[in-house]
Amino acid sequence: MAGHRIIGKAMRKVDAVAKVTGATRFADDLAFPRTLYCKLLRSTHPHAKIVSVDITAAKQLAGVQAVLTGQDLPIPFGILPVSQDEHALCLDKVRFIGDPVAAVAATTEEAATAALDLIKVVYEPLEAFDSAEAAVAHPEPRIHDYGDSGNLHKLINLEFGDTDAGIGEADLVREDLFFFEGSTHLPMEQHAAVAMWSPDGKLTLWTSTQTPHYVHRALAKVLELPAARIRVIATPNGGGFGGKSDPFSHEIVVAKLAMVTGRPVKITLTREEVFYCHRGRHPTLMWVRTGVKRDGAITGMHFRSLLDGGAYGSYGVASTYYTGALQTVTYNVPRYHFQGARAFTNKAPCGPKRGHGTPQPRFAIEVHLDKIAEQLNLDPAELRLRTLVPPNSLTANYLRVGSMGLGKCIEKVVEGSRWKGKFRKLPQGRGVGLACSSYISGAGLPIYWNNMPHSGVQLKCDRGGGVTVFCGSTEIGQGSDSILAYIVAEVLGIDPFDIAVVTADTDLTPVDLGSYSSRVTLMSGNAALQAAERARQILAVHAAKKLEVPPQRLTFAEGRVFDGQDRKRGVSFAEAVQLAEAAEGTVGTVGSYTPPQGAGKYRGAGVGPSPAYSYSACVAEVDVDPKTGIVRVPTIWIAHDVGQSINSASVIGQVEGSIYMGLGEALMEEMAYRGNRNVVHKIPSLLEYKSPTTLEMCDVITYLIEDPDANGPFGAKEVGQGPLLPVMPAVANAVYDAVGVRIDEVPITPEKVWKALRRKEKGEDARYGPDSFPDIPWPEPTRVAPPWEGGDGKGVTITAAASERQH
Amino acid sequence: MIADSKVKIALSVNGEPAEVAFAPHKTLLEVLREDLGLTGTKHGCELGECGTCTVLLDGTPVLSCLVLGLACDGRAVRTVEGMARNGQLHPLQETFADLGAAQCGYCTPAFLLAAEALLATNSNPSRDEIKDALAGNLCRCTGYIKIYEAVELAAERMRKVVHGRA
Repeated sequence: MAGHRIIGKAMRKVDAVAKVTGATRFADDLAFPRTLYCKLLRSTHPHAKIVSVDITAAKQLAGVQAVLTGQDLPIPFGILPVSQDEHALCLDKVRFIGDPVAAVAATTEEAATAALDLIKVVYEPLEAFDSAEAAVAHPEPRIHDYGDSGNLHKLINLEFGDTDAGIGEADLVREDLFFFEGSTHLPMEQHAAVAMWSPDGKLTLWTSTQTPHYVHRALAKVLELPAARIRVIATPNGGGFGGKSDPFSHEIVVAKLAMVTGRPVKITLTREEVFYCHRGRHPTLMWVRTGVKRDGAITGMHFRSLLDGGAYGSYGVASTYYTGALQTVTYNVPRYHFQGARAFTNKAPCGPKRGHGTPQPRFAIEVHLDKIAEQLNLDPAELRLRTLVPPNSLTANYLRVGSMGLGKCIEKVVEGSRWKGKFRKLPQGRGVGLACSSYISGAGLPIYWNNMPHSGVQLKCDRGGGVTVFCGSTEIGQGSDSILAYIVAEVLGIDPFDIAVVTADTDLTPVDLGSYSSRVTLMSGNAALQAAERARQILAVHAAKKLEVPPQRLTFAEGRVFDGQDRKRGVSFAEAVQLAEAAEGTVGTVGSYTPPQGAGKYRGAGVGPSPAYSYSACVAEVDVDPKTGIVRVPTIWIAHDVGQSINSASVIGQVEGSIYMGLGEALMEEMAYRGNRNVVHKIPSLLEYKSPTTLEMCDVITYLIEDPDANGPFGAKEVGQGPLLPVMPAVANAVYDAVGVRIDEVPITPEKVWKALRRKEKGEDARYGPDSFPDIPWPEPTRVAPPWEGGDGKGVTITAAASERQH
Repeated sequence: MIADSKVKIALSVNGEPAEVAFAPHKTLLEVLREDLGLTGTKHGCELGECGTCTVLLDGTPVLSCLVLGLACDGRAVRTVEGMARNGQLHPLQETFADLGAAQCGYCTPAFLLAAEALLATNSNPSRDEIKDALAGNLCRCTGYIKIYEAVELAAERMRKVVHGRA
């Protein structure tokens, strides 16, 4: 963009050289003298009471320094205040195969592993449930003793306007069912943590986490230590994607073991254990009913989701709300009814994976719209363009949309892919499909509701001309450290490589809530921008005195501070710092960021609001082999409305990475369990859990739409998650274009395509997907009048009794 | 518990002779990381599935988690730590850094070495040849595209250097 020296350019990341030389120290690369190695004993039962745990023999094994059981860590924890349902080691029951039961610290990993075999656990097995439907059908035995009903953890019923009446005004009403299989993040780095305890009562934990702030909270709670005595350092994550966003059992266990033994204690999970940590995509069954006018205008939408949450709460309450929150920010939905349910099951806990709760409904909506477009005889791109949410508007569920570049995104991919020459025109076996999406640039509300900033930055100017930026944000490969440097460099007119970045250390850095919700560029970026602007003001005052020009005439660029009207009249940046330091003392500033308040005031309005929404449109081209059902994706065209890129190379990298991960979910990735064999994970390995290699990855043609958003730093919105969302539905729609079968379920495996093709041959419904949605004991709806029906954002819950009285 | 008796081997590590003693069951991956302190080599599964621990053994990419340390006596191992020379990055390291081919950076050392082995035998690989050579290495961040571009640009630069010398 004009006027920027750094913002928007393709640049090397500040940690790039460390990454390519192997110098970056990930958690497992840390080594300390006298380190003990921790191993966890994990449950071999999907659901069972713990009758007894005998650690006598394990404790006596040579090399073993400590053994812990649930009794040693009895205080529960969890990422959400409403779901404090995990124990570092199971107390009285286990809830999935892989649930940690006991821990050993020993002088070698071999001794720790050998000691696990000596721990005797007596279990009393309970009936286990391997699907959300099974959990709905069986309220007993309860997996948890809390939750909205039986084995249903959370039930949501929100209605924005009279949706049935809205749908009643339609020319066409369509109902569809979809299923989105669970998938996992599969970061290349296995989680690892090292804890150190000092006899002065201070605990330090290095861990591969995306959320050091929440790990800090969980440690203080479970270990009953003052937070001021705990230091959490998030090491650079070797990939996160949401899988390292919860406080984990192993982090608390090594901390406790360090306290007990007085020695450093380290754990590195095996790849199998990473599958048990999971917190990945919720398997989600969905039902949607939409009414549309002949011209494509939506008159009402009713959406139901049933999420298989696995064994614990994790982020699940938020995930459930997210399956219903963002339907309204892309296309105009005047009346909207959302019912969401999350079930507990005896599988590894689900949580936030890239797109958190929104890829599933997005898949459903975008395939549903493709079917509607066909029935209306409209081009699916045209249908979408006609129904776009206008910029700077309020949705039926009170989400405030700012900049909105979806129309431009659709136009770009339609043009780039030569959509009009391909759609319904390619030879049999080849097809194109289109889908769109939107995602938040950080959540409007923090996990712990309070009025404090979501991100903070401290900035220190050195008299040598260097600048240090301190921020709690966590580098997980997305480039968050670099974002801080670029923004500060832009404002202060210095080279980003003259900036030292200190991040993700609770002793050194102000809180940033973590690398999740695509919040970091917008929030830590705004905090950095504020800190840098304040520093610039201080420096300008003193440089202006020396140069005898008004401060507002000064330009900060190329490592100098100079008169914009006479470039020769200036001082070096270092000299500007020296002048300020001589006059005022140490030059340091702070910046912080708090998102604007949401417009909704109903219960549940906390999930969905964001300072800015990104938008994406995608066209996928596929080849389908009708003999085998194998789907190949040669090319994906993607346009992403990022507001303003900070580093265009990083933005394109995030887009391509999102397409890659979406392609995996579209075609092959699934968390699969053997329901008939004790709910054991079928494929907890990198070989059998299929993910795309270089041979499956498609070509990606990326278009960036840059329409700066007023809430973003320099106008920037998110890019790390949004572009993943349209891939799965675009591929599904393309498969239909190619061979005329609807695969209403991901992953779109050859078996499903093959079965649907056989059905088509027999003249049956040419479809593969779910055929029913179970009866759920929905609570009475909270009714919220949409803004255009005179609503003020408040909700009214009509209880059954009140409802009867009304009638 | 009986302490493991150690074995000793002599090998070349990044062009320098080295002797190292370790428990005989250790893999090359463990010897590199734990006994030689070369933590630039990473692990993703320790089962030979992901390619993250790739190093060059006598110039050929191997999965160091599947090679016993004992099998490396007298052989030459090259790790990411040996790629930069005299404080100068290898051309592949330059292009990986410049084009954003390293995001989280965890799989990067393995990709660099696999790519270096490819360029040693094929100075001008096609996109498909690059994909084939890197098919055993998983990356979850990049979608591989920036990696292909970085390999292509490094190959181009390396060909120019060779040509310039000739």
